[in-house]
Amino acid sequence: MNPILILFAHPLFEKSRVNRALLSGVDQLPGVTLHDLYEHYPDFNVDIGKEQTLIAAHQIIIWHHPLYMYGAPALLKQWIDLVLEFGWAHGRGGDSLKGKIAFNTLTAGGSREVYATPGHNRFTLREFLAPFEQTAALCRMMYLPPFAVHGTHLLTEAQLKHHAALYRALLERLSEGSFGPETMRRFPLLNDWLEHAPGEP
Amino acid sequence: MNGTFLQNALIYLGAAILFVPIAKRLGMGSVLGYLLAGIAIGPFFLGLVGGKGEDILHFAEFGVVMMLFLIGLELEPSHFWRMRHLILGAGMVQTGITTLCFFALFTAVGFSWQAALAVGLALSMSSTAIVLQTLREKGLGRTEAGKTSFAVLLFQDISVIPILAALPLLALASPRAAADSQTTLLGGLPGWAQTIALLGAVGLVILSGRFVIVPFLRFIARMHLRELFTASALFIVMATAYLMELVGLSPALGSFLAGVVLANSEYRHELESDIEPFKGILLGLFFITVGASINFSLILNRPLAIIALVFGIIAVKSLVLLLTGKMTRLTFDQNLLFALGLAQVGEFAFVLLSFMNQLHLLSNDWTDTLMGATAISMTATPLLLLLNERLLLPRFGTPERVKKEADAIDLHHPVILAGFGPFGSTVGRFLRANGVEATILDNDSDRVDLLRKMGFKVFYGDATRIDILKAAGAEQAKILIAAIGSPEINRELVDKARQLFPHLEIMIRAENRFDAYEYMDSGTMDIYRETLDTSIRMGVDVLVKLGYRRYSASRAGQKYLKYDEAAMQKLAAHRHDQNAYIFNAREQIQIQEQLLTNDREANPSLNDHAWDGDPFAKPSEDRSS
Repeated sequence: MNPILILFAHPLFEKSRVNRALLSGVDQLPGVTLHDLYEHYPDFNVDIGKEQTLIAAHQIIIWHHPLYMYGAPALLKQWIDLVLEFGWAHGRGGDSLKGKIAFNTLTAGGSREVYATPGHNRFTLREFLAPFEQTAALCRMMYLPPFAVHGTHLLTEAQLKHHAALYRALLERLSEGSFGPETMRRFPLLNDWLEHAPGEP
Repeated sequence: MNGTFLQNALIYLGAAILFVPIAKRLGMGSVLGYLLAGIAIGPFFLGLVGGKGEDILHFAEFGVVMMLFLIGLELEPSHFWRMRHLILGAGMVQTGITTLCFFALFTAVGFSWQAALAVGLALSMSSTAIVLQTLREKGLGRTEAGKTSFAVLLFQDISVIPILAALPLLALASPRAAADSQTTLLGGLPGWAQTIALLGAVGLVILSGRFVIVPFLRFIARMHLRELFTASALFIVMATAYLMELVGLSPALGSFLAGVVLANSEYRHELESDIEPFKGILLGLFFITVGASINFSLILNRPLAIIALVFGIIAVKSLVLLLTGKMTRLTFDQNLLFALGLAQVGEFAFVLLSFMNQLHLLSNDWTDTLMGATAISMTATPLLLLLNERLLLPRFGTPERVKKEADAIDLHHPVILAGFGPFGSTVGRFLRANGVEATILDNDSDRVDLLRKMGFKVFYGDATRIDILKAAGAEQAKILIAAIGSPEINRELVDKARQLFPHLEIMIRAENRFDAYEYMDSGTMDIYRETLDTSIRMGVDVLVKLGYRRYSASRAGQKYLKYDEAAMQKLAAHRHDQNAYIFNAREQIQIQEQLLTNDREANPSLNDHAWDGDPFAKPSEDRSS
């Protein structure tokens, strides 16, 4: 079983309909730890030691956040800057994260279509996540495509339920180990992998 | 040390230990407990202490002596100056009119004008000991009534000096006075010489305070022997008292003067903390002896006369006090508290009456009667205040709660906020600004009126009373914020609430670290030291002013806060190893020292390498990070 750590960063969680749906009941799944960063560090004073211990106990790290101005909310950046220390996560003697898996789960207001070269936002979602991808590479982690919920303002209840179920399924499969990173990497989003290759590892 | 001494000590202490907790439990306050203890062991009931009561009274007066020394110590001239209008205005009106009233009454009963004037002056005194102790216990010292009481008491206490000085002159003019043998040094002198001698002694105390005592204390302090300093403090108080006794002046007044003189010295706080425990126990003893000295056979012989006398005195005094309160613009509740609080005849009346008796201004019979009335009126005070609190105020004053129209559903707020002083009000305002209404408990009627006007739901009264807590919805509420200014009352509230409403989450304001330890011992963790966050914020700003980057400084502040809370938990666990259940000044210093040592060993900011690209790099290396 792969223990999963969801590093959740949302400054206004109580008003996020989509994230509440995605995360409801998730922390009851076996092997899943939901770590609400804004709840723990309202003063941005991230406890480095405690966070490192937490990471060490998990195999899969999920940076779960809304996409604000094409990036993560400030506290998640603060977390990355503080916790992934030189000499611990990377650099000389820094191999604590080696071989772990990392990816982003994100919610975005824009539809999937606008995140494209010809689209309104001019870059793909994956391109916006380049800093995360390279951070993972620096720490010798395996980086997977993101799980994304697009067009959050327009989602119907049914669509929302569908996304939530999909996310739950993703966590379950990751936890059980029924997945192949190589296959996953062929898809632009983990959503696509779940939809198109339901049974396939 | 002989057997009777030990036996007496056992009786007095035992009575106090037995009665005071019972009185406290019944909500009557410790003063009444002491008085009842005295009555019980007195000659009339158990007779455990008999004719020697007067010796003990003499000894116990030392409690009053020490209390006045402490009051004097707290009276910095600047503080005194700020209150001067209140002290002079209210004090003069009260003392003057009360004296006149009694003067008229006693002249009517056939006293000579000199005797009537002297008795009037004596009866105008109120009991500083009882009033201040009671107000402090009820946490009402800071209210308008508390301040006015203090001012009037101060005026009375100071005016005892000229009164004592003037009494021999009255005696001189009195037909009954005769130059008789007296116990004091000055006994044989004519009246005018006595007056001059008294004023000379007062001058001596003031001068020696300035030029002898402070250098002497400086010398002692350099020895670094704590107990020597305590001994010196006691020596100063006793020496002043003795000197005053020699010249026939009240020892209490002498030490009051000495206190005032020392109020501005650098040793003020040390003197205070050294004398405080002695004062507490001796004052208790004083109350007991007052209780024991009540002559019940006198009452039984002439019950109606004595009762009429006591009622008359209390009635006259409280009416004049009400007038005084009206003049200083006290609101109704505050005025009632003020008037009934000071309606008794005080301990200085004992001194004045016995002096009058010595001067033959007053017959033995009348001296006994008036002294008895004084003691009874003192005993009646806590009862009167209880009556006021439970019956008078709820009915005629600011109501304990505001009745809503019958159809309005009385919703209980989830949060109860006890104490709306400077601390509680900030919490309350913050909550309200965020849409959370709290039910407020407060015992300052002026504040309660204001808050009600502003639309707060306020319960008026002693927050430690169970019925008030229940009425405020303690059974339905989720959170109780204990933010009462007096640590003792706050602790009592926390204890009671935890016992009776175990479902309540109690969040506690602690005065400081030592106060917080007490709460931690009882297992609560939601403790907020009022001195912690603000101090750190100030420290952060100091760093900023010294050129630190604001973010690094506030980060250091955050870390320090965490570190300090953790250190607190650690020390709290350690505390009992040292058998230190009660913190005195010395232990506080020890803890402070321990903290400072630990700080040096574990600088919470030292290992902060955040954003430091390569912690192994030497500082001189040029880095872009």
